[in-house]
Amino acid sequence: MQLSDLLNHTCEWLKGTGPNSDIVISSRIRLARNLEGVPFPHWADPVQAEQILKSVADAVKRTDMLKKSTMFRLAEMDPVDKQFLVERHLMSIEHAQKTEQKAVLIDEEEVIAIMANEEDHLRIQVMQSGFNIFEAWNIINRIDDELSKILHFAYLPDFGYLTACPTNTGTGMRGSVMLHLPALVMSRQIERVLAAIAKLSFTTRGLYGEGTQASGNFFQVSNQVSLGHSEEEIIENINGLIRQIIEQEAQARDVLLNKSREVLEDRINRSLGILKNAHIITSQETIELLSMVRLGSDLGMVKDIDRRSINELFITTLPAHLQKLENKKLSSQERDLKRAELIRKKLNF
Amino acid sequence: MLCDICGKNPATVHLTEIIDDQMKELHLCEECAHEKSAAMEQQFGLSDLLAGLSEFGKSAKDQEPISVKCPSCQLTYADFKKLGRLGCGECYNTFRKYLTPLLRKIHGSSQHIGKSPLKIRPVHNSSAKKKDPLAELRIKLSQAIAKEEFEEAAKMRDQIKLLEAKSNNNEAKK
Repeated sequence: MQLSDLLNHTCEWLKGTGPNSDIVISSRIRLARNLEGVPFPHWADPVQAEQILKSVADAVKRTDMLKKSTMFRLAEMDPVDKQFLVERHLMSIEHAQKTEQKAVLIDEEEVIAIMANEEDHLRIQVMQSGFNIFEAWNIINRIDDELSKILHFAYLPDFGYLTACPTNTGTGMRGSVMLHLPALVMSRQIERVLAAIAKLSFTTRGLYGEGTQASGNFFQVSNQVSLGHSEEEIIENINGLIRQIIEQEAQARDVLLNKSREVLEDRINRSLGILKNAHIITSQETIELLSMVRLGSDLGMVKDIDRRSINELFITTLPAHLQKLENKKLSSQERDLKRAELIRKKLNF
Repeated sequence: MLCDICGKNPATVHLTEIIDDQMKELHLCEECAHEKSAAMEQQFGLSDLLAGLSEFGKSAKDQEPISVKCPSCQLTYADFKKLGRLGCGECYNTFRKYLTPLLRKIHGSSQHIGKSPLKIRPVHNSSAKKKDPLAELRIKLSQAIAKEEFEEAAKMRDQIKLLEAKSNNNEAKK
C-alpha cells in the first residue's frame, strides 16, 4: 500500500455510517503498550529505539489481524505526508515531530493504526464510524491478545500495563468519542455539558486530540482514568455518558427546530451559500460552515447533499490533503484559493 | 491566517493563554510554536505540575529521595520529576513507594483491575510478589464498591488501613 492510495478512500471515521451517526462522528480506542526490559522511547538510545522498531515490525508480520497493513518509517517521510496522516487521525501531532526511529502502521481500511516509539513503544488505535465503541474494543482486544503472544509487554499484577506517563498506567486504555454538537453550542448549553463531563473525570478535546481547540462544534470526549477499573467498565462508563450527551444534543436540536426554525434555516443556508460561492476560504472557516451544512443535512433542511460528501470535504479541504490532491506544495494563500475551488466543484452540480 | 509572531508563515497552531485572568488567543506557525513551547516548558514544566501532585499531603519524614536510581535504566527520581515520564517498566518497582500515592491521586486507585497479557514473564522481583494480600484486598474493595456493597467495602477499607499501618511500622523498624 502507498500513502497516496488513501486519498481515494474515505477514512473509517468519516464514513458517516454506524449508530447515531448524525451526532457521533467516530468512536476510537487506543491502548498503550511497552516492551519489557527496554527503556521507554524518550529514555532509549538510538540503538535501543531501533531494536524496538524491529521487534514491533517482526511481531506485526506474525499477527493475523495485521496482515493487511503497511508500516511506514517517519524519518523517510515527506512533511506533507506526515501532516496528511495526522489529518486522517492515523497518528498524533507529537508523533510527526522528531521522527528518528519512529514508525506508523496502517491497515488498508484505516480502522487500525499503530504508532511505534511515540510516548510508549506501541500505541495501538482502532477507529469505528459512528457510536460503536464496543466494536472498537472487540477489535483492539483481539489485536492486543495476538501481539501479547509474541511480544513481552511490561506489566505488573498490581499496576497493570506500565507506561511512560503514569496517567496511562493500568489498562493503558483511552476511549474517545468524537461528537458533533452544534445545537448545544448554539443554544449556549455546551459550557454546562462540558463542565458536567469534567466532573465525571472525562476530558473534552478538539478535533486533533490533546491541546487542540474545539472547532466546528466538534468535541472529543475521552476517559481520564485508566487504573482501578476494568476495560469493560471504562467503556461502559463512556457509553453511558455519551448516551446522555446524544440525548441532550437531540433535545437541543428539537428545541431549535420548533422555536427558531427561521434562524436555523437562515444560518444553514447562508453557510451553504458562502461555501458554494467563496473564492478564498481558510480551513477554519470551512470547518465552521461545513458544520452548519452537516446539521442542515441531519435535520433534512439540506436535501441535495449527502452526509458522506460533506464529511469528505471536512478532510479533503485540510492543508496536507489539498497538497496531496494537487500533488505539489502550496502556500497558505494558494491553499485558500484551491480549497474554495474544490468546495465549489463538490457543492455546485 | 499568518503567524502572530513572525508574520511570515501560515498559522497552524492555535493557543489560548490565560495571563492575569486575561484570555489571549495566539495563532502561530509550526516553527514559532515550537520555540514558544520550549519557552513555556522552562517557565513551568507540565511535568513539574504532574510530579508535584505526588508532593501533596506528604509528611516531612518520608520525603522523596531525589537520588534513588532505577538499576535497569539509570533514571533517577529527580529525572522523573523533571520529565514527568518514567524510564522503563522496572522504574515502577524501583519507585513503587512513591508512585503508589501518585497513581492514587491521578486515578483514584493504585490497583489494576483489567486484562493481563497472555504471556507474562515469571516475576522475579521480590517487591512484586504474586500474592500481595494488600493488593488482593484493594481489588476486592473496588469490586465491592462497584457492586454497591458498601458494608462489605467498609470492612475491606479497615483491613487495608490496618495492613498499611503494619507495613509502614515494619519499614520504620528497618
